[in-house]
Amino acid sequence: MNEKIKKVSRHINQNEGLIFEKSSPGKRAFELPPLDVPPANLGEALGTNYRREGIEGFPEVSEIEVIRHFTRLSTWNHAIDLGMYPLGSCTMKYNPRVNEFVARLDGIATEHPYQPQELSQGCLKILRLLEKCLLEITGMDAITLQPAAGAQGEMTGLLLIRAYLQKQGNPRKKVLIPDSAHGTNPATAVIAGYEVENIKSESHGQIDVEKLREQVTGDVAALMLTNPSTLGIFEQRIAEIAEILHAKGALLYMDGANMNALTGVARPGDLGVDVMHLNLHKTFSTPHGGGGPGAGPVAMKKILEPFRPVPILVEKEGGRLCLEPVRPDSIGKVKAFSGNFGVLVRALAYILAYGPGVRQATEDAVLNANYIRKQLAGVYELPYSLPSMHEVVFSDAIQKKNGVNTMDIAKRLIDYGFHPYTTAFPLIVPGALMIEPTESESKEECDLFIDAMKAIAQEAATNPELVKTAPHTTRVRRLDEVGAARKPVLRWKPAPLHSEAAD
Amino acid sequence: MRYLPKSPAERQEMLAAIGAKSIDELFSSIPERFRLREALKIPGPYSETEVIQYFKDRAAENSVGYTSFLGAGVYNHLRSVVTDAIIQRGEFLTSYTPYQAEISQGTLQAIFEFQTLMSQLTGQEVANASMYDGSTAMTEAVLMAERLTSRQRVLVARSVHPEYRDVLKTYAKNSGLHVEEIPFATNGTVDLQKLKGALKDDVAAVVVQSPNFFGVIESYAPLAEAAHASGAMFVVAITEGVTLGLLRPPSEADIVAMEGQSFGLAPSYGGPFAGVIASRDKYVRQMPGRLAGQTTDSEGRRGFVLTLATREQHIRREKATSNICTNQALCALAATVHLTLLGKEGLREMAEQNLSKAHFALSELLKIPGVKRTFDAPFFNEFTIELPRSVKIVNSQLMHEKIVGPFALGTPYPELTKRALVCVTETTTRAEIERFAGALKGALEQPV
Repeated sequence: MNEKIKKVSRHINQNEGLIFEKSSPGKRAFELPPLDVPPANLGEALGTNYRREGIEGFPEVSEIEVIRHFTRLSTWNHAIDLGMYPLGSCTMKYNPRVNEFVARLDGIATEHPYQPQELSQGCLKILRLLEKCLLEITGMDAITLQPAAGAQGEMTGLLLIRAYLQKQGNPRKKVLIPDSAHGTNPATAVIAGYEVENIKSESHGQIDVEKLREQVTGDVAALMLTNPSTLGIFEQRIAEIAEILHAKGALLYMDGANMNALTGVARPGDLGVDVMHLNLHKTFSTPHGGGGPGAGPVAMKKILEPFRPVPILVEKEGGRLCLEPVRPDSIGKVKAFSGNFGVLVRALAYILAYGPGVRQATEDAVLNANYIRKQLAGVYELPYSLPSMHEVVFSDAIQKKNGVNTMDIAKRLIDYGFHPYTTAFPLIVPGALMIEPTESESKEECDLFIDAMKAIAQEAATNPELVKTAPHTTRVRRLDEVGAARKPVLRWKPAPLHSEAAD
Repeated sequence: MRYLPKSPAERQEMLAAIGAKSIDELFSSIPERFRLREALKIPGPYSETEVIQYFKDRAAENSVGYTSFLGAGVYNHLRSVVTDAIIQRGEFLTSYTPYQAEISQGTLQAIFEFQTLMSQLTGQEVANASMYDGSTAMTEAVLMAERLTSRQRVLVARSVHPEYRDVLKTYAKNSGLHVEEIPFATNGTVDLQKLKGALKDDVAAVVVQSPNFFGVIESYAPLAEAAHASGAMFVVAITEGVTLGLLRPPSEADIVAMEGQSFGLAPSYGGPFAGVIASRDKYVRQMPGRLAGQTTDSEGRRGFVLTLATREQHIRREKATSNICTNQALCALAATVHLTLLGKEGLREMAEQNLSKAHFALSELLKIPGVKRTFDAPFFNEFTIELPRSVKIVNSQLMHEKIVGPFALGTPYPELTKRALVCVTETTTRAEIERFAGALKGALEQPV
């Protein structure tokens, strides 16, 4: 074992097949209480047309096998609970356990979205308080908690803009999107019925304001701007950008994916932003859960308020809360019911735990990113030199000379006990290493990460093959992604019976 | 603050290493006039104990202690404690989307198992890694049909969940889709003749739900035949997945959009749930969302990766099949664990109990003078009854008996005033059904 690898030691973990391969007829892992009414006559109730035979291949296993199966699978994952997870743009911070506890309380998890509002005042108060907190944090005037994730928040935001412009007579044709943006931005603009026009960053990675002035015509509905940008750099001329747009009747959309750099320090509403989404599963600590669920509330200025998705939460006299189903100018619903309520509960639990002290989290996140930047600058190339906020983007230009690229370095990081940073994004940095430590990392963890990155840089210079063939310690090596896409196997199927095989 | 792992001395040490005099210096790129100088006006900081107390206080203002007969797209089912124990393992709970396959094999294999279970249940060949919920899954299914057919008219049964139709309309508005409603016949099923009349060679998709919003089970074959005869895709939405333990799957469908909430997910005031899209192999390259696929590593061992990513926004940007990025992975994992626990026999038994209890409940309710069954087609665990007076008034009387009454259909369907959609699952006891019948009888006997 390489003595430079300080964070991890190798240890065995269990092999485990697919659950379908453990199945044997007659085993079961859950028993229902006995039926306490007369059993329905299936033929009479359904007729043969509506009935199915047993589901072929459906698992039949015992409880201990279920526990071991999923526990074994879990040990094959890296996780925040195990260590640093420096994926840039993803804000992999600690997910407090108390948030999980409160989301599962009787009276929270058990509530039905159609129960009478008199019996839902607790749920509605939670939504109301979260709305107020997020409005205070963003400096905006109105909010919807309905969108299920960031991309749906983006869509909601653009639909609000579209409805607002439509109301004035012309929804316009184009949405401007910087070349550094997340892929969801252009994909969303198309769903909202807009053409995408890319705008190039200037040499410091900022919006080229002079160029923008030319690009903002009467056809432009909005600019979608991520701030800080995906380079982790604050867009310094944002107020001027907003003025340019507003002068031409266009609006400024802010992708709030990087709100972890601003919470408690600056408010998008003060910067001239008209509408933005928040990723509660990033900035507000709700767990990523292997890819979701998230929540993507959209905060906006007063001019967009009439167009919010229904139902609208309103306060009646006596403090009674109520969901109003109809608004004449609403864009409609973007999701059934009232958003990912369980995720909203967790986000509020996070905010309450910090209170105004959430500013400290932002400061620590920025401190960690700058500490890592300082220690690794020169070891890895820094393509943009403006100050970093919550994340820092390097490139693999130095290592490339030895044939080692960002993906190789990322894979080698796994051997050192870290989850890779985000590779090859943003697109404006060739061979990008995008590192976001978040506030949840101690100095000790940051130092171990820095040591690992330095050791890998050294390996790239002296033994590039070692890096290019990494990871060396995982239960599987690099997987054949090309083969997976060429001949997709997307589900398990029972092996053919011998008799069939013989035919 | 308990979530932050730094001492003041460590912060100073790090600032010194950076060469900054103060933390403020690190924010110097934010123009001075925009920097917040006052503390945010939000409550807190709360200790863990206070956080729990806040939410317990809110929970007490909700419906604890009431017996509910609500379904309408969100169902109460038994959930094993095992499911929560598994999904709260940090390795599942606190991991990201499995882009780095070598250290995400647990999540990837679980997604592969989820895709397999969803394919088996729906009678389809392939299912994706999850959508936000049933309503957006149905909408994405329609957009997929639009891409596959290059047609823009969509016929949606009026008996599809009203909120699902609302979501479809929101998305359709700007994508050039024309959504038209197909009425229901007197027995509550889709009016086949009206459907045939509306079908032309410009229809991208025919969308039905089964059991539909009134609880009525649709017969797929004639609907599919009609859709296919004019080259339209047949899209089936399912809001109550437990039905698939007992009812024939929609094998005739080209795309199935399902809500997975019934598979181990709490009602949670409407979310988070797990949307499912399942379809045929030949359409997979037009599917939205993530897909896990089986492959091998450089030493020949079986492993799993996210695959066919060239459909997705992070690769294709404005040409992607959907803008979805974050999905409902942990909810899909819960469904996978839950269905594995139930297994073949358990799911069937759960489905049969739903059927039996709902049929028992209907027979009890029909004993009450003035209560009538609205639709006579077969049903699963929800059915529609007609009351001699306003459902809302009756429900407010039932609340005094600590009963949350059935869904009042008159709000989304003005033609169905005085009709109530009753839901009874395996969690409803005989005693609760009898108490409900008694309370309803009492309420109807009171003078208006």
